[in-house]
Amino acid sequence: MAQVITKVKQKQIAQLIEKGKRLDGRELTDYREIKIEQGIIERAEGSARILLGKTEVVVGIKVEMGEPFSDTPNEGVLTVNAELVPLASPRFEPGPPDENSIELARIVDRGIRESKAIDTGKLCIEPGKKVFVVFVDVYVLNHDGNLIDASALAAMAALLNTKMGKYEVEDGEVKMKPGYEQLPLKKRPITVTCAKIGGRIVVDPWLDEEQVMDARISIAFDDDDNICAIQKGGTGYFEPKELFEAARIAKEKAKELRKKLNW
Amino acid sequence: MNDKPEKLIDKKGLRLDGRKLDELRPVKIEVGVISNADGSAYIEHGKNKILAGVYGPREVHPKHLALPDRTVLKCRYHMAPFSVQERKSPAPSRREIELSKVIRESLEPAIFMEYYPRTMIDVFVEVLQADGGTRCASITAAALALADSGIPMRDLVVACAAGKVEEKIVLDLMDTEDKLGSADVPVALMPNLNAVTLLQMDGILSTDEFESAVNLALEGCKQIYALQKEALRTKYVSIKEENKEEAEE
Repeated sequence: MAQVITKVKQKQIAQLIEKGKRLDGRELTDYREIKIEQGIIERAEGSARILLGKTEVVVGIKVEMGEPFSDTPNEGVLTVNAELVPLASPRFEPGPPDENSIELARIVDRGIRESKAIDTGKLCIEPGKKVFVVFVDVYVLNHDGNLIDASALAAMAALLNTKMGKYEVEDGEVKMKPGYEQLPLKKRPITVTCAKIGGRIVVDPWLDEEQVMDARISIAFDDDDNICAIQKGGTGYFEPKELFEAARIAKEKAKELRKKLNW
Repeated sequence: MNDKPEKLIDKKGLRLDGRKLDELRPVKIEVGVISNADGSAYIEHGKNKILAGVYGPREVHPKHLALPDRTVLKCRYHMAPFSVQERKSPAPSRREIELSKVIRESLEPAIFMEYYPRTMIDVFVEVLQADGGTRCASITAAALALADSGIPMRDLVVACAAGKVEEKIVLDLMDTEDKLGSADVPVALMPNLNAVTLLQMDGILSTDEFESAVNLALEGCKQIYALQKEALRTKYVSIKEENKEEAEE
């Protein structure tokens, strides 16, 4: 990935963090301002837009009929995809999803899947044959760092906003009925990303910090403050005690966000 | 094969394959198994059979990826179509692309990247048979292949998973335990630097359980590390003996 930050700025960011300060004035464990707007795409069954500082992500949910997986014949299917749209950053290029967008999609997927956020048992129409497939499409519109938290929050906000058509089964045929109902949800996972910069842990790294960081760790928490997914990223490392410190900080931040968002 | 066992841990606290909760599967490692590669290693970790080969430092391809101040590390984790119960398409899946990325990121901190500017190092991992924990065994083998190729390294990288099965924290999950258990935590470690270079998790764990799972996995890593070093030493001892025989002839 191209280096688009000067050495001087890198040094400045690292030195400030050593003193417990950040270039944009935040405390080490502060999030940037979060704005979430739901239902912005009328054509989609559910949608949400998040602004995390200058990072902007839109998530659209489509619910369609499809086949279940053979090992879970009674459950609906969750599919998460992420697009790093070229207009969002000079570093994104058109083309099939690269490893960064695949990793992003799979982190968002794991948070939703492992917390059992969607009540997939209720999405079965005909066991082994027909179920609802929930497509979560993450669309990054402006990349200013921490796409993981922004995407995970937007995906959950969009799922909370998702309404699907009512249906009835008549002689083995599925017929849609007028009216809508809420997508059945059980949990509301929240993902918190911490970056390690010069031995200190900072929450919600923005783009410049991501380029200075040694490594990052993203932890998803369910409604009971249990961990449901983790991903370490970046080419550096964590000492075990740093990992546990990050987990403690992330847990507090997840609780705080949950309260703020009323999830 | 698809029958679900009723219990994963019996009354005596033993697992399906007779292991204790904190016991590793048998691990066999061999270094220098592919004559064409600059470095290579083969690992059998339980029923996992995995080959890792390293080529490089060599010319960067495509050229524009070359970096002026460091080498480029590339990694491909790939599963053979016959490595799993149901044939896997040989085309790289999203899972394989993600694993290639996290495996690369787990190896990179160990390599002196700045020693080889404008070059590329290729790490290829082929899973011939999979039985849960392939990413960990792949990292263990890939780090050895890198060491075997003679690329200067800060430390070896060794990986092992822990997880939660039937309310118990257990070491080194096999496939059935991974699928039916409630959490899986793969961890990679550079043992001498006490540095964790890979950490993932899925499932549900409290923060306390997470800490004990990580600590258990780290213990597993240290046990495999001893085998890793032994495998590397064995190769050079055998070369030394060959040379001695030649000299005597």
